[in-house]
Amino acid sequence: MKTLTVPTPTETDASLPPLPWRRMAWVTWRHHRIALGGVAVFLGALAVWLWSVGLQLHHVYAAAIACHPAGSTACSELTLDFRVTGGILKGGFVLQPVPALIGAFVGPVVLARELETGTFRYAWTQGFGRWRWAIAKLVLLAVAVAAVAGAFSVLVSWYYQPYLSPGRLYDPSSALAHWLFDLRGVAFAAWALAAFAIGASAGMLIRRVVPAIVATLAGYTALAVVVAVVLRANYQPADHFWSVQMIEGGGLLALSALFIAVTVWLVHRRAA
Amino acid sequence: MTALTVPVGPAKDAGLRPLPWRRMAWVSWRHHRGALGGVAVFLGVLAAWLWTAGLQLHHAYTAAATCHPSSSAACQNLIGSFQSTNVILKGGFVLQALPALIGAFVGAPMLAREIETGTFRFAWTQGFGQRRWTLAKLVLVGLAVAVIAGAFSVLVSWYYQPYLASGNRAVFSSPSPLSPGLFDLRGVAFVAWTLVAFAIGALAGLLIRRIVPAIVATLAAYAGLALLAGNALRQHYLTPLVAKGSNLPGAAWITSEWWTKGGRFAFGGRPPIQLLRQLCSASFVTGPGGRIGERGSFSPTTCLVQHGYTQWSDYQPASHFWPFQWIEGGWLLALSVLLVAVTIWLVRRRVA
Amino acid sequence: MNVIEANDLGKRYGNTWALRECTLAVPEGCLTALVGPNGAGKTTLLNLAVGLTDPSSGTISVLGARRAGSLGALDGIAFVAQDAPLYKDLSAADLLHETRNLNRRFDQGYAERRLGELGIPLRQKAGRMSGGQQAQVALTLALARRPQLLVLDEPLANLDPLSREDFMTTVMAAAAEDGVSVVLSSHVLAELERVADYLVLASHGNIQVAGEVEGLLAAHRMLVGLASESARYAQHWNVVHASSDSSQAHLLIRGDSAADPLPPGWDERAPTLEELTMAYLRESGAAASSGHRGSGANPSAVTR
Repeated sequence: MKTLTVPTPTETDASLPPLPWRRMAWVTWRHHRIALGGVAVFLGALAVWLWSVGLQLHHVYAAAIACHPAGSTACSELTLDFRVTGGILKGGFVLQPVPALIGAFVGPVVLARELETGTFRYAWTQGFGRWRWAIAKLVLLAVAVAAVAGAFSVLVSWYYQPYLSPGRLYDPSSALAHWLFDLRGVAFAAWALAAFAIGASAGMLIRRVVPAIVATLAGYTALAVVVAVVLRANYQPADHFWSVQMIEGGGLLALSALFIAVTVWLVHRRAA
Repeated sequence: MTALTVPVGPAKDAGLRPLPWRRMAWVSWRHHRGALGGVAVFLGVLAAWLWTAGLQLHHAYTAAATCHPSSSAACQNLIGSFQSTNVILKGGFVLQALPALIGAFVGAPMLAREIETGTFRFAWTQGFGQRRWTLAKLVLVGLAVAVIAGAFSVLVSWYYQPYLASGNRAVFSSPSPLSPGLFDLRGVAFVAWTLVAFAIGALAGLLIRRIVPAIVATLAAYAGLALLAGNALRQHYLTPLVAKGSNLPGAAWITSEWWTKGGRFAFGGRPPIQLLRQLCSASFVTGPGGRIGERGSFSPTTCLVQHGYTQWSDYQPASHFWPFQWIEGGWLLALSVLLVAVTIWLVRRRVA
Repeated sequence: MNVIEANDLGKRYGNTWALRECTLAVPEGCLTALVGPNGAGKTTLLNLAVGLTDPSSGTISVLGARRAGSLGALDGIAFVAQDAPLYKDLSAADLLHETRNLNRRFDQGYAERRLGELGIPLRQKAGRMSGGQQAQVALTLALARRPQLLVLDEPLANLDPLSREDFMTTVMAAAAEDGVSVVLSSHVLAELERVADYLVLASHGNIQVAGEVEGLLAAHRMLVGLASESARYAQHWNVVHASSDSSQAHLLIRGDSAADPLPPGWDERAPTLEELTMAYLRESGAAASSGHRGSGANPSAVTR
């Protein structure tokens, strides 16, 4: 059964210019302001804690460094004071999950929530266009996450600076520099970005928010273990800090870009 | 025009017997097999890791412990390599997050998902009854979670056993079984903390009604409670013992130290710098400061003792481990029961 | 211009064909009713038309010759999905703001006036609105985009009769005053009967009937006579579907008028759209289409 029509060639999109990207700024903020706000509150609370303990730490450090004669009991006591300050922050372990948490609670929600609640049927039929919508959101949020994480890591670097400045209190054999590597320089922001990007992909693939968050945390952990065990064993971070930072940061940035590109491609190709 | 109807007497619930509880077993399983399966997989992977790491640790311990003479360089090497095995797990802090994660990701979605997706309009209008449905689910899934957590904590206890084996504790610089990082991973504490995280999650899910915010709130509340218990409450479960000096059996958990002179309290904690300068300023050169947390080769203690000060320590001996476990497990269990009860009571009042 | 043109269109999910061998041309300026039982493939067809999904076979183009899902198509088509999904946490004002951001054209004044007429406060969150209000808000957002084609997937399913009437009044006004083409799917035909210009009848993933309502009705007759005689006379006519109770038989036949004079005791009349639809739905092998304006003469092609 056919109706008679003269088949016409299909028009291309060339005639309609895309809508300006800045329109997605309000949309992205409105939908993710709670997640971003939550991240800000969480990091803010951590920052307050780091700040107060850090002030104490720097104070004790300055006192220990300035004490003469260096080997006397009193000065050694000050050194011990310094070494004991910090509590659970000392090894840097407590802060290790922070990039994962930031990324895992912002990334998966972007796509999984739309798919889970059906609102993609609204969002992807608006004039803006499906994959442009996705890339605008993901890029804006990625930048926000990386920026906030980057700002936080400046504070973290400041906090740990006494342990890592060369001087008589610096112990080059300590593994501290190794454990702190991910929290300093560009690595912290890069890891948060990677967690976000993994989360975005997980959200698009799994299509449900809570399983996507779990998958993101799992994927991030696997990646962190691989990097720590396989890659970092070949370098001595303490020796050429910035070059290893650039390598790791660059690698994570490329990986994040890849995940985001895959996510956008999936949005473009996969459908209802 | 009046409508003609036969007046119906008030129906009494007493005539209808409640449906048997076991019917909720399949329902609970079917709806939460994803979450429970996920927990099982997650813990399974962790268990595999702990197993291999634990074998490595046990092997290193056996090698170091059976080496004689223990002061020789070769044996010291073995001891050193034992101490640096799996450093990331040593303090136990890494595993602290587990009860929180399990509880948050299983407990919070239980009620939040029903409310957020609207399926409570089905579930709570079935013949089983609103409160009974909730009670059955929470108890069944909570039990499943507790069993899984319990099994896992047996593995964790096995892992940490070399650190806690009696004898040679100082040599191996092992932590006390009561130390904050290890205490709640072993015995009944791990299960109890998992249960309380689950209960917090369920209540948060009911109050907040949205899954992801409920998970976040559960993690935050759990963290607060754990910090409170570990830092403030635990040391007071039983009256601490007091001993002179700080040479205590290595398994003791020192909760505070103070100094007296002439029978009167002098100062608490670390000696004030001014006092040391005043009394101990004679500079005897020592090496650079010792390892983090240890009193190295210099000794303000000796100096102060020479000046008539006496050091005292409050501590909890290792023999208090199980009483503490029961106390903490007990109040955590009571808290879990209370939270579940509040959840069920609120179910009727909070929803539509 | 055809607002939707499909050529041998098909969509498969796994091993199941939700839609198959669909060929149709929906003209502009019509209100098209897409009718069929649940699972017939209506939602699939609409999803293909608005670009939410891609065909497994065949082609589909919209608004003349634009590719479904392209920027040009998205610009000219406004879609309200089943159950009118809206962001639950967004207020009505937020929804207006968002839709304005995401589209080239947005008539803010119209949208605010409409919401005012409906009595929906701008600060009301979508999650707190009733089903009828949500449907109306979704329709307002769609119409405020000033589309050429409005696509509605089962919009009346969750509405009470009053809301349904309000909704259809709005749709009709948009069609009449602003020239918006409308494609509307439903599994309840009675409501659309009065207003539909074009009918597409889907069943089991196939398009059984597609054509202008006027033409379809003109091409069919309903014959009413004695049940006992229906078998005897049925072979004279091109019967689509025969139904009878104890005394009367109703035969839906194709043809402008009965070729032979009617036997005594038999009456003929034009069928209602509902009778036509039900007859075809019961005869799953039957299919029909009729010509539509603007694309040249097209004899009624009938296959069995």
